Amino acid sequence: MADGERFNMVAAEAKVLVRDLNVYYGDKQALFDIELDIGKHQVTSLIGPSGCGKSTFLRCLNRMNDVIDGCRMEGSIKVDGDEVLDASIDPVQLRRRVGMVFQKPNPFPKSIYDNIAYGPRIHGLVSNQDELDELVQSSLERAALWDEVKDRLHQPGTGLSGGQQQRLCIARAIAVRPDVILMDEPCSALDPIATARVEELIEELKKAYSIVIVTHSMQQAARISQRTAFFHLGLLVEVGVTEQIFTAPRDERTQGYITGRFG
Amino acid sequence: MQTSNDHIVRSFNNDLNDLSAKIGKMGGQAEAILQDSIQALVRRDADLALRAVEADRRVDALDAEIEAAVVRMLALRQPMAIDLRVIISALKIAQALERIADHAKNGAKRAIIINRAPPMEQVRSIVRLSEVARDMLRGVLDAYANGDANSAVKIRDRDEDLDLLYEGYFRECLTYMMEDSRSITACTHLLFIAKNIERIGDHCTGIAENVYYAVTGDRLGPARPKSDQLLGDK
Repeated sequence: MADGERFNMVAAEAKVLVRDLNVYYGDKQALFDIELDIGKHQVTSLIGPSGCGKSTFLRCLNRMNDVIDGCRMEGSIKVDGDEVLDASIDPVQLRRRVGMVFQKPNPFPKSIYDNIAYGPRIHGLVSNQDELDELVQSSLERAALWDEVKDRLHQPGTGLSGGQQQRLCIARAIAVRPDVILMDEPCSALDPIATARVEELIEELKKAYSIVIVTHSMQQAARISQRTAFFHLGLLVEVGVTEQIFTAPRDERTQGYITGRFG
Repeated sequence: MQTSNDHIVRSFNNDLNDLSAKIGKMGGQAEAILQDSIQALVRRDADLALRAVEADRRVDALDAEIEAAVVRMLALRQPMAIDLRVIISALKIAQALERIADHAKNGAKRAIIINRAPPMEQVRSIVRLSEVARDMLRGVLDAYANGDANSAVKIRDRDEDLDLLYEGYFRECLTYMMEDSRSITACTHLLFIAKNIERIGDHCTGIAENVYYAVTGDRLGPARPKSDQLLGDK
């Protein structure tokens, strides 16, 4: 039996298919033969020690690594059947379909309204002001931020609290109607209440989007994801249903990491 | 339970080792109560019976300590994987041991009453029953201490022998009671003791299943199909 089958690396209904992915930074190989499916309308969490390759993997999915000098990707990543690594793919268009939320909230130095409206405008997703207003409102509602900001839409986004800023960034990501949302430790700069709000939001968002989240909090991965992938030294060690990974992992390395032992 | 002693947070290792030591201690005490209650019956020794009853309190106290330790570890350590399984199993095993000690204590109390009647032949057969139960308990405690899933499975399979012995003993007592109605009181107490021993076997089975789960992460499949001939099953 292939490792892929043994460790349940293939999701039932996949949104993203990753096969034989190898990534290099110059001479140094960062990821080795990664095979992983991202399930549709699921949250997939990526865990592993710092430097294990999980963020590198995440950034491959919308080619954020393109801007890094000497970074080279080989293999195949298909989003709805389209090859992401194909040179003919326009990264800007790709990033509309595969949105991203970062560790530190990074709203544009613009109004709350313009933070959301920016993407739909440049991608030409709306034809008039009314449609744009509607899209801004619905994005903020989906990000569970509307009630808190509806009376101050034209004030700067940077004036919001950290948790609100992160939800603003999520609203900005969903305003361009992506299929997949990538999140790189989205709660690591937030307090527990703001974290709970974002987690609740993720739970809601998975009904419409496929979500991949990198997190250092095992409890967070356990709480919000349906599938969990453990990376170690550039290898995808084990993938499985989240409950199985946290109660009965099959691989010693996974067990060592999640129980806080040296491998 | 042996888990590798290599947590980065060393106090977590200590917590797990303490928990395991407490289970071992509790198991030893439950075994002693079982042994003493049967000896009290065989040797007609009321003092020994009273000591067995008294010892059950210490088992209850250990059970409470283990429960508190488990709650604290769940809240403070948020254990995962094998740690989680070991901790949850400790809670369930402690409960089973508490029940086992309770059943054994009940036997000691009945021994005091039975010993007021003239000596009876049927006491001998109950020793046999108690020996099987004691072997199961010892075996399952060893399996726990060594983290040995295979021996745990073997212990579980022994429960069938105990059930058969109990059914045989039930018929034996029935025969005596029909022959001599003056033996009914003592025989009824003996039957309760036998039933308690049979229940101890069931709890050992439960412990074996928890050991298996803690070690492997898998649940043991259902045990043999249970047929209870005393209840008219075929």
